[in-house]
Amino acid sequence: MIATLEQPRNMKIANPELAVANLEHVNMNYGSVRALRGVDFQVRAGEVVALLGPNGAGKTTAVKLLLGLLQPNAGRARVFGGDPTNPENRMRTGAMLQVGRVPETLRVREHIDLFSTYYPNPMALAEVLAAAGLEKLSERKFGDLSGGQRQRVLFALAICGDPDLVFLDEPTVGLDVEARRMLWDEIRRMVDRGKTVLLTTHYLQEADELADRVAVINKGEIIAQGTPAEIKAKTAGKRIRCITSLNLTALRQIPGVTEVREDREAVEIHAVEAEPIVRELLARDAGLSGLEVSSAGLEEAFLELTRDTTNEVTGSN
Amino acid sequence: MTTTTANLALSRPLVQRSPRHTAAIYIKEAKYEFLKNLRLRMYTVSVLSFPIMFYVLYGLVLYSKQSLAGAPVPAYMIATMGTFGVMGASLFGTAAGLASDRGLGWLQVKRASPMPPFAYFAAKIITSMIFSAIIVLAMFALGYAFGGVRMPLGQFALLVGTLVAGSLPFSAMGLALGYFTGPNSAPATINLMYLPMSFCSGLWVPIMFLPKFVQQIAVVMPPYHLAQLALGIVGAGRHEPSAAHWEMLAAFTMICLGVARIGFQRDKGKLYG
Repeated sequence: MIATLEQPRNMKIANPELAVANLEHVNMNYGSVRALRGVDFQVRAGEVVALLGPNGAGKTTAVKLLLGLLQPNAGRARVFGGDPTNPENRMRTGAMLQVGRVPETLRVREHIDLFSTYYPNPMALAEVLAAAGLEKLSERKFGDLSGGQRQRVLFALAICGDPDLVFLDEPTVGLDVEARRMLWDEIRRMVDRGKTVLLTTHYLQEADELADRVAVINKGEIIAQGTPAEIKAKTAGKRIRCITSLNLTALRQIPGVTEVREDREAVEIHAVEAEPIVRELLARDAGLSGLEVSSAGLEEAFLELTRDTTNEVTGSN
Repeated sequence: MTTTTANLALSRPLVQRSPRHTAAIYIKEAKYEFLKNLRLRMYTVSVLSFPIMFYVLYGLVLYSKQSLAGAPVPAYMIATMGTFGVMGASLFGTAAGLASDRGLGWLQVKRASPMPPFAYFAAKIITSMIFSAIIVLAMFALGYAFGGVRMPLGQFALLVGTLVAGSLPFSAMGLALGYFTGPNSAPATINLMYLPMSFCSGLWVPIMFLPKFVQQIAVVMPPYHLAQLALGIVGAGRHEPSAAHWEMLAAFTMICLGVARIGFQRDKGKLYG
């Protein structure tokens, strides 16, 4: 038992960058709307990655590209190192998408039975029902289910084939707290069994609870990637922009400055707190002009994200 | 964190589906498509009941003692009302479901799954043929019991076989319509084509009682050709060569499949739902 567990671990060390899904320099437009711009993004084997962003940020588009439902205008989408539309790759992939209408006259059990047939080694029906919390609803017709119950059926369809890679687009929308917790537990169990999960969400809390890695997406661009802790750290801080005669080295030495870069004729300074830096700048350079202070990059995106959840990120404002 | 099988997964040998497994998928897809429609009251009422009700009313109650073009009305009407029923079952069985699945995102879930894409369409076509057979057999049973319809077994098999095969051109038409209508407009669009076509083809009022110009329109109507094939079998045809009818239906099927294919290609790489 120990030997079989050890061997794959060694493999992981050998291939730390094992990507099972990736988007490479992807641009995606719908007519004149640019849904994704230059997106580079990877999901590695055994990870839970959360794609976090407000509505309309491009999360669903990213998922659909990785499922081969959309073709990018530029760049490419790969799963298991190949084309997402390959039948072999699809047999190892499960997907939960946002759907307007599902055939309502079929029973829960029947929907699962049909999707299970598509896969080479599906889970047993009872196992799927238990995983999705549908044991008591298996004979119910889809049309007679509540919104949350319908979500759970779609989740069941995503996992019933026991796929290696699972895409979950907004899996917990419309679920109550208890059902959400249950789904989170189920996602953790899948990862424990070696599965890879990409989920999209607009709740930072959900990403924080579940994900090994978070990619924050806003207006079609990935604006930050990292562990949940790193992402939360990045949301703190301010951006100061001004035109100054001070050189970059001098600016970097001001205490509290985390980053300085040139931006056309001006400089952009990142700092934890704006006020002490501004005071220092004005003292050193009387000719300073064009001063602007704004929140650091992620805040704009998070303002929307965090509107309906309570968490620590907004506390740093 | 345990990340065992996922790492092995990348190097796992590719799984090829056996022909037996593929066949099992097609059968199950068709089975659930059939169950889905059977439980859909809107489908069974409009598609099954109306043609059978019309057959009973016109063929068995009002004109059952009369003859048309050398055939007793109850037999004549199996051909015409049968065509009407087959057409409805096939159009609604394909177009309405496809337009809704496309427009409201369900088809994307299916396409993202490892379902063989053609299984989805095959299920709709097979289901339409089964419902077509049910309609024709129900008419025949009623005609046999209450209208004195009698024919040799070979003739009966030919009649049912022809009408059920006639489901194909209309299933193809339904697929084309399903690709170019929305979930809400599909049923209305189907009716807008189905009902006038039925009338002009002589399915409700026998063709010889229709005005001359309608009779001229009829020859370009696919249901006219199916009805003439069926009428030929019950001995009430217009003595046109049946090969010509089959050719018209085959050509119509190909055109519709071509249009459906354009829709299928157009949908690839387009966002909906």
